[in-house]
Amino acid sequence: MNATMTPSSQTSHALIQRNPETPITMVQAINEALFQALESNPNVIVFGEDVGMSGGVFRVTEGLQAQFGDKRVIDMPLTEAGIIGSAYGMAVSGMTPVAEIQFADYIFPAFDQIVSEVAKLRYRSGGDCACPMVIRTPYGGGIRGGTYHSQSPEAYFTQTPGIKVVIPSTPADAKGLLLCALQSPDPVLFMEPKRLYRSPKGLVPLEAIPIPLGPARLVQAGKDLSVFCYGAMVDICQAAANKMQENDGVSIEIIDLRTLSPIDEASILASVRKTGRALMVYEAPKTGGYGAEIAAIIAEKAVEYLKAPIKRVAGLDTPYPYSLESVYMPHPLRVMRAMQDVLAF
Amino acid sequence: MTVSASSQTQSFQDLIGFDPKGAIPSNEVLLKMYTLMLTLRFWDERSLKLQRSGRISFCVTTKGEEATQVGTVAALRPTDWVFPAYRQPGIPLWRGASLESLAHQIFGSAKDVSLGHQMPNHYSFHQFYYASVSSVIGTQIVHASGAALAAQAKGTDDVAVTYFGDGSTSANDFHSALTVAGAKKAPALFFCVNNHYAISLHVSQQTGAKYLADKGIGYGVKALRVDGNDVLAVYQTTLAMAERARRGEGPALLELVTYRLNPHSSSDDDARYRLKGEMEEWVDKDPIPRFEAFLLEKGVLSPPQVDALRIQVEADVLEATKIAQETPLPEWQTLVEGVYGEIPANLQADLDELLAHEQGLSLPHPGAFPL
Repeated sequence: MNATMTPSSQTSHALIQRNPETPITMVQAINEALFQALESNPNVIVFGEDVGMSGGVFRVTEGLQAQFGDKRVIDMPLTEAGIIGSAYGMAVSGMTPVAEIQFADYIFPAFDQIVSEVAKLRYRSGGDCACPMVIRTPYGGGIRGGTYHSQSPEAYFTQTPGIKVVIPSTPADAKGLLLCALQSPDPVLFMEPKRLYRSPKGLVPLEAIPIPLGPARLVQAGKDLSVFCYGAMVDICQAAANKMQENDGVSIEIIDLRTLSPIDEASILASVRKTGRALMVYEAPKTGGYGAEIAAIIAEKAVEYLKAPIKRVAGLDTPYPYSLESVYMPHPLRVMRAMQDVLAF
Repeated sequence: MTVSASSQTQSFQDLIGFDPKGAIPSNEVLLKMYTLMLTLRFWDERSLKLQRSGRISFCVTTKGEEATQVGTVAALRPTDWVFPAYRQPGIPLWRGASLESLAHQIFGSAKDVSLGHQMPNHYSFHQFYYASVSSVIGTQIVHASGAALAAQAKGTDDVAVTYFGDGSTSANDFHSALTVAGAKKAPALFFCVNNHYAISLHVSQQTGAKYLADKGIGYGVKALRVDGNDVLAVYQTTLAMAERARRGEGPALLELVTYRLNPHSSSDDDARYRLKGEMEEWVDKDPIPRFEAFLLEKGVLSPPQVDALRIQVEADVLEATKIAQETPLPEWQTLVEGVYGEIPANLQADLDELLAHEQGLSLPHPGAFPL
């Protein structure tokens, strides 16, 4: 039942003694960031469904409750609106809440709290109140999760001023961006590509070094085509670009947006002004998706640099499927075909 | 019926009233409570006049519900976080906010702390532990549960409180809030200000529950039904439930039974839906004359003092609104301030582009009050 757990006085965290030369998973990287935040800032509270005793359904919060007690790592009742609404109350009263929504597919009961309350508090009070918090949620497909464990709802939130939307694509970025999100004066929706949770691994600094929210990451420089992507699509685009380089010797630039809102417009424009070609890759349904915004920015501010029409590779405008998921999700071959189209124009 | 006699399985038929043997504030505090109730009444009158004459766009009043504000806040600590609905201006006023600051908000003036970002009566007073008001019904209820969890994590004995109406008990977040607070025994007080109407819908049509307080029981939240027009009954019950929560004994739902004596807002016509005879019955229970009679009887107030106070309060309200009315609107730059801690570059660029065009069209400068 409800046994009260008191904080342990001894550091027992497996990651603390890890070898920084050994690659770790994104799950481990996020766990380490949360551990270090809880350890260094007494105001940090981590909570959500199953995050405590069980360590989270993806084990992202494993070991945290044992270390920091059940007042700071809280198993919450099954109410997403209750979780985000509670985070608001904590933030206003001076804490730094980290709320987990177990799957992005289940964020909608909390949509009102996020959109009407969390995102608008600073503006509606003219800066008198603020709502700094991190909402972590695994999103995206590729794990055979079907309709309700695979969605990518980022565009609902990038249409909402007042909340930042951040999506990492590597273990190192996951740790660094999360640490920075925890220092942000504004609420951050931190969407974790769950397909990348356990693979590939990557090198991650032991120290708690924040990576600034805002700037996009240049994954690889190129001169013939700019590809704009984020989350699980970055690896897909890289695989496609490598193959294109190998086959046809084309040089493709890949930009990982990382912070979707506010948008890094300067990086997008600089890249497309250089290459003259643009491809957007995202796994959400195509219409009204985030790639459409990038296309609009390019059309407004860099159309004179374009040598070819812009193109999108995205999910179909359907709910997320189960059996034919691999057809629905952008695949390197599909991305390559789109690259060839744009380059051939 | 006294507070201590009530149990979780009580009948809610009898309202909790004033207990002569219970806690009573000092004469000084009693006088402050009375003055604030009067102030709220004059504030309502003045706001409605300003709205009717086109000086402000809109207003909601709290006429009839003064005791639910003053009785609760007087029993709380100034550092207990409050997550209000839009009918609790008495809370920041009790804690030291000036009438002028409220006036700047309803005019959306350059001195409005919210930078003119919200319609009238949606105040924010972080310095008085009074979180910004939203128009969305019931969302604030769960914020109190969160602030109460924060108090538990910090190890303080603060309580967090929230106010909401009878209609809000049907909103999703009422359920979320009581679920969280009940499960965690969080030190939260839920003030359900039952003013009998959610715009036009009578409380009897709002729910199949016999009493709104009934709803607390299923969540394991201590529930009480209080005479919301008796400011001392409200004070005593709040004090008892706050002390209980501070001791770690859990949250409470206080149904404060009162009556909205004005229409829902300046845009509402209550003649369409008021039950016949109901208004007359409640005018007789008006919390201000009731409290005034108590204070006169106790000798805390004298009739000449009442007259002098009324004149003073009315003058204060008039002066505050006059100052706000003469204050210009906020600068255009404030349109993009406060979305984030820092203004995003693309947002600033969009505003600059907009302003270049607007100035070209020679729209009136925002510095000139347009009425």
